[in-house]
Amino acid sequence: MSTDAPALSPARTLATAGRVLRQLRHDPRTVALLLIVPVVMITLLRYVFDADAGTFDAIGASLLGIFPLITMFLVTSIATLRERTSGTLERLLAMPLGKGDLIAGYALAFGAVAVAQSLLATAMSVWVLGLDVVGSPWLLLLVALLDALLGTALGLFVSAFANSEFQAVQFMPAVIFPQLLLCGLFTPRDRMHPVLETVSDVLPMSYAVDGMNQVLTHTGITADFYRDVLVVAGSALLVLCLGAATLRRRTT
Amino acid sequence: MMNSLRTANAGAVEARALTVVRGERTVLRGLGFTVGPGRITGLLGPSGCGKSTLMRAVVGTQAGVTGTLDVLGHPAGHPSLRPRVGYVTQAPSVYTDLTVRQNLDYFAAVLRPGRRNRDSREEAVTRAIGDVDLTSHADALAGRLSGGQLSRVSLAVALLGTPELLVLDEPTVGLDPVLRRDLWNLFHALAADRGTTILVSSHVMDEAERCHRLLLMREGGILADDTPEALRARTGAATVEEAFLHLVDEAAAEAAADPAEAAARQETNR
Repeated sequence: MSTDAPALSPARTLATAGRVLRQLRHDPRTVALLLIVPVVMITLLRYVFDADAGTFDAIGASLLGIFPLITMFLVTSIATLRERTSGTLERLLAMPLGKGDLIAGYALAFGAVAVAQSLLATAMSVWVLGLDVVGSPWLLLLVALLDALLGTALGLFVSAFANSEFQAVQFMPAVIFPQLLLCGLFTPRDRMHPVLETVSDVLPMSYAVDGMNQVLTHTGITADFYRDVLVVAGSALLVLCLGAATLRRRTT
Repeated sequence: MMNSLRTANAGAVEARALTVVRGERTVLRGLGFTVGPGRITGLLGPSGCGKSTLMRAVVGTQAGVTGTLDVLGHPAGHPSLRPRVGYVTQAPSVYTDLTVRQNLDYFAAVLRPGRRNRDSREEAVTRAIGDVDLTSHADALAGRLSGGQLSRVSLAVALLGTPELLVLDEPTVGLDPVLRRDLWNLFHALAADRGTTILVSSHVMDEAERCHRLLLMREGGILADDTPEALRARTGAATVEEAFLHLVDEAAAEAAADPAEAAARQETNR
């Protein structure tokens, strides 16, 4: 709608992010699961490939990028679905809150959670489990954060098409699994069927995983790394805008 | 024609030929009415008659609205109205995983953002909690409250910004008689002291007696628009409930006799 309020008010965005985090604080079990599950999984992976440190390096780094994407996708899709069904979204949109404030607030809150999650998982991988990273672990963290934002964006977007929590959860296999299969985690993308390789070229998770691998194998920041980061950030931004379009002030 | 009507009267809410279509269904059919400023206007009618849709149209969250609907001098849903109109939905719309105060703190920050408003926000939150008599539950998790308490939290949110127009969709459902009386006293105090215009829906007819003016609705149309006293006098009924039933029967009988004439009569009855 052309008459909408200006896109962003920093104070309202911060208030929204604070509120989302406060909601999480009342749910310590979710917080614990968010923070601990990735650490446990990466540890599990390390000993699954006990005899093959090279495979652990490759898959481990990719997973550090995939975890935040998946968890933030799930958390955001359920959280915004609740917001839609409980009437709080209608109430907020009848108030002087910009759609951008709401979306940026969510992105900020879950981005902060993702930073904590990735810090733990990356620290565990690099310093305890011996993940062999040639580049800077901070760059791993940066990619992980962008992946989390992409997950938040995707979750926000698909929640518009779900009428219940059951449906929202089912969007996980629908939206995430194909990307997981095609992102190069199981087999290098250039060895897939050409059609699938082309498809994987337009899926953002491919770039998320590639970015992780760039850091894993290169000391400096490569041109490919720049491309990967830009693609993931751009996709996140694009999907966030699509998500904003699904927030309607007037509904039937 | 629309323009001359639009400026003729300074009602808080002005509707002319207001029609709402939801999907295939026409929920409101060419309504015209005025809600006087600083008054309590009751919106009454059986469930499914379009009360909630009308309220959603007034606050600007309803799609498929045609005709004229002006609120506080602007078209309904105009961005400048958002801080001036308070809205309470039928189902309590608050965050059940936050405390009462945390809920209000957040909505207050949306209405009056920024650090420099912190003190006035604090004040507004404390006052709103007091208004709905939840001071002793301020730090309780909303999800742990009873249904009646939860709907009062929802009401408190609407009171936060000192709105000029308060749109309340069945605010007293599920409340005990004492609380209902207290809330109605609050509504009257808001109208008298703060000059708040209140549009309140109910299907409890004894609450109708406490309104300054009534809009009786039936099947997407307005059956009567009058004061409770005048309604009783016109129909010779002792209570508004009786008057309403009388009007419903009358309308139904006419519709059975001659649908076209009944529709025309409903037009002139306003």
